[in-house]
Amino acid sequence: MILFVTLLAALTMATFSGGSAHADEVGTEFDFTISGNVQFNGEAQDGVAISVSGNGYEADTVTDADGRWAIGVPEKSTYEVTLDEDTLPKGVVVTKGGNVLEADFGLTDRRSVNFFLGEGVRNTVSFFDQFVNRFVNGLNFGLLLALAAIGVSLIFGTTGLSNFAHAEMITFGALMTLVFSVSFGLPIWLAILIAIVLSGCLGYGLDAVIWKPLRRKGVAVIPLMIVSIGLSLALRYLYQYFFGGSTSQLPGAGMTDLKFGPISLSPIDMASMGISIVVLLGVAYFLLRTRIGKATRAVSDNPSLASASGIDVDGVIRIVWVVGAALAGLSGVLWAYFRPGVSWDMGFQMLLLVFAAVTLGGLGTAFGALIGSIVVGLFVELSTLWIPSDMKYVGALVVLILVLLFRPQGILGRKERIG
Amino acid sequence: MDWGAIFGNAAVELISPTTAAYALAALGLAVHFGYTGLLNFGQAGFMALGAYGYAISILTFGFPVWGAFLVGVGASVIFALILGIPTLRLRADYLAIVTIAAAEIVRLLFTTNTFASVTGSANGLSGYKNEFAALNPLAEGSYGFGPFENNAYDTWLRIVAWSIVILAALFVWQIMRSPWGRVIKGIREDEDAVRALGKNVYAYKMQSLIFGGVLGTIAGMIFALPRAVVPSNYQTTLTFFIYAILLLGGAATVLGPIIGSMIFWVLLSFFSGFIARAVEAGWLPFMTSIQGGQLRFILVGVAIMLIVIFRPQGIFGNKKELAFVR
Repeated sequence: MILFVTLLAALTMATFSGGSAHADEVGTEFDFTISGNVQFNGEAQDGVAISVSGNGYEADTVTDADGRWAIGVPEKSTYEVTLDEDTLPKGVVVTKGGNVLEADFGLTDRRSVNFFLGEGVRNTVSFFDQFVNRFVNGLNFGLLLALAAIGVSLIFGTTGLSNFAHAEMITFGALMTLVFSVSFGLPIWLAILIAIVLSGCLGYGLDAVIWKPLRRKGVAVIPLMIVSIGLSLALRYLYQYFFGGSTSQLPGAGMTDLKFGPISLSPIDMASMGISIVVLLGVAYFLLRTRIGKATRAVSDNPSLASASGIDVDGVIRIVWVVGAALAGLSGVLWAYFRPGVSWDMGFQMLLLVFAAVTLGGLGTAFGALIGSIVVGLFVELSTLWIPSDMKYVGALVVLILVLLFRPQGILGRKERIG
Repeated sequence: MDWGAIFGNAAVELISPTTAAYALAALGLAVHFGYTGLLNFGQAGFMALGAYGYAISILTFGFPVWGAFLVGVGASVIFALILGIPTLRLRADYLAIVTIAAAEIVRLLFTTNTFASVTGSANGLSGYKNEFAALNPLAEGSYGFGPFENNAYDTWLRIVAWSIVILAALFVWQIMRSPWGRVIKGIREDEDAVRALGKNVYAYKMQSLIFGGVLGTIAGMIFALPRAVVPSNYQTTLTFFIYAILLLGGAATVLGPIIGSMIFWVLLSFFSGFIARAVEAGWLPFMTSIQGGQLRFILVGVAIMLIVIFRPQGIFGNKKELAFVR
């Protein structure tokens, strides 16, 4: 059970109590004050350590017998307020928002900062446990990345196109799921199925309307890529035109996590990983064991030779577009649960990581894309152990550049492709 | 319908500093893409380095204008070296992916809270204009006529911006007629043939990458002077807009990027103004004013596709000198 604490703004407290002095008020010489009131179940918490830092200024204090604290600060800017959980009584923890909060001043000179306390056992997570948890998350992310990356890789292999519009195919799956599950009220599994089928249709449509005529026209690879960038831009803002700039949640997002030792996973995460693995195995079977899959790999290897051997190259490319788009759509749905949220530019946020994964594995190799994706997924999640989480994508992109420096053909790529 | 205001606002864009900045950035891209055949998709990163290099030098280190300018240019030279060393030996699309990734890295580094005290994180930086304004030789008052009337600072900014654009254009025009330029164009047409002539293709490509990047960096400074430096301005969409301008004007031309930028901004401003007022007047009942704003991005995307498919040489380009030979 989680109990939320009523925390009153210091300003109102000051009017009630006539601005009584705090037990240990620091920074009184400054004009601006950050203050708060630490209570749990209506009981004031005495002696809780609070510290404020930011803009080269640091100060700390403890709460008085009424649970109140105040720290003066020199400037009206953003500060980080930290509550030391070790000084809370046993069995009380910060339940929401974490024990570090950001405070910035609005129009007033005082700012109140409230921590939400609740009952619970504070788990000091060991580095190893964190590592394992992040590892599983990274695996999950890598698998959903792989669904999109295999499409990019197959399309590149068969047509030579670096498809920037793949981002919009990812978004499309999530948006369609949102439309059918939330707007039309269909059950989520049916909505996802419809979204994947529609994604496949989108792939077929794009190939039939844009890419096939351009191939017929003999447009070279680089202009094709720029066309895909134009298409990406147009589609992305078309989504924003119809769906707006806000983020919406798919049904079931934000389910509570289940604990398996150090690993905390929601049922959605587990379903997501299961679906990814099953689908990826299916794709592997398709590529390795079926006639069409073998034809796909042949076209990917050498289109003219494949054509001369009687393979219907255009048919194979059409299948690749449909399969690639359907996989991208599924990836979008899983990405919407992983982020979490559906928004008009969600695919584009992931696109560079997909490209990084494909390049890492070796452009044009389907299994390379899988390995590259898992490496990128793990790297993104594990890097947050050391670097701030708002820079986690930086690490993956730096790795992309480093790989090109030392092994430009990627992990599974062959040298002749890069020259 | 206030046609006067719509045309007036569109005309302002003809010589606005933003138009000059886009023209200069597109000129840099013309050196990369049009003349050398390098697919640089990180021009936004070069522009961000210019803007931030200039602003941070002045705000944090108190440099004079020329010092801040040199810091920005130096940063972009280093950036070009970092991009070029791993990728210029590889096929063209690798450079595309690496440059777009590198530009995003630059933007994320300027956005993160970790360096907020220097970069201002997502809020960006402002208050670096006084040093540039102090160099203004013009007396107070307004200059120009009609829609082109501006106060002393804005006029000074326009004079400086367009002087730089014209100088850069003359320089690019001359250097592309020089022996260096002929090698560069040769690399675009057939890299192996140039290599067979004993030229160091890698070094030439690197020089081209640095030169075009520096033009982009200076463009970033011009872009930052009429506004604040905000990281969200330097998203990949900025690079795509510059590509749209370049392809519109003609990739392997000197005038193309400049005229392309003027046409692009005048049309975009005219279109935005028209849509906004048409929505207000109730002519487009199915559209809100926010949607009207998004419509122009859709049109830019469609325009990029149509130009590449139907007129790849752009307005001024020569069909024989297509950038897309491979």
